Amino acid sequence: MPLPSYDAFDERDLGAQVLLSQFKLNTSGDAVTVRQAVARYMKEHGASALTVTRFATAVSEIARNAIVHAGGGEFSIYVDPGRKQLSVVCWDKGPGIEDIELALSDGYTSGGGLGRGLGGAKRLAKKFEIRTAVGGGTSVLMSVNL
Amino acid sequence: MAGVTSINLVEHALLVSIQDDITDTEILELQDRLSTKISENRIDGVILDISALEIVDTFVGRVIAQLAGISRLLAADTYVVGMRPTVAVTLVELGMYLPEIRTALSLTHALAQLRRV
Repeated sequence: MPLPSYDAFDERDLGAQVLLSQFKLNTSGDAVTVRQAVARYMKEHGASALTVTRFATAVSEIARNAIVHAGGGEFSIYVDPGRKQLSVVCWDKGPGIEDIELALSDGYTSGGGLGRGLGGAKRLAKKFEIRTAVGGGTSVLMSVNL
Repeated sequence: MAGVTSINLVEHALLVSIQDDITDTEILELQDRLSTKISENRIDGVILDISALEIVDTFVGRVIAQLAGISRLLAADTYVVGMRPTVAVTLVELGMYLPEIRTALSLTHALAQLRRV
């Protein structure tokens, strides 16, 4: 039986932004790799220390979610041609999220965590969008101005 | 890999330097090593140096709280030193106030606090 499909974020959602790099998310070390890659690029393009820390923390939260709750996924970094905005897409084929409102609220946890990760990431990113389907997976798009 | 997290004895305190790229496996090992060292060396305090950490997300925040919890159960106080200002701002935005953690501005300050206990 095919898994229920969902409309994960892809190039069509990113307009003129181009793919900078792509990573597989399998182990907790991969979450470190992607947030360090995002932080390095932001620093090289003049983002303030606080902007970098906030966005890298949000990246770490969503990458960890994909690894811990969904058994892994994929992570892509995009940038607009004028180098003014950076976007990331984190995508998995995990169990999906049944109640997004609940998952985004502080204090909710599906197990083990503090229940602040997803809601925290949303607060820390300039733009945060999520698409999910139960049994299909979850996809998060976040952006920050450089 | 930037380096393995180290544990060093300074006076009657254990100085733990956490690396930015610490993995989940290394964290479990660290909890194990730290608890053993506290009980073996009659330690008064644990000083967690997080100056190498570029970010503290909810996972790492929880690890810090757990390390402090373990130390407290073994009768040692925990101080966190070297938190970057941007990390403090971000932690508060995440709603993580880490109430069980004492912070000190520097290692010297943390050691001075421990001597007073």
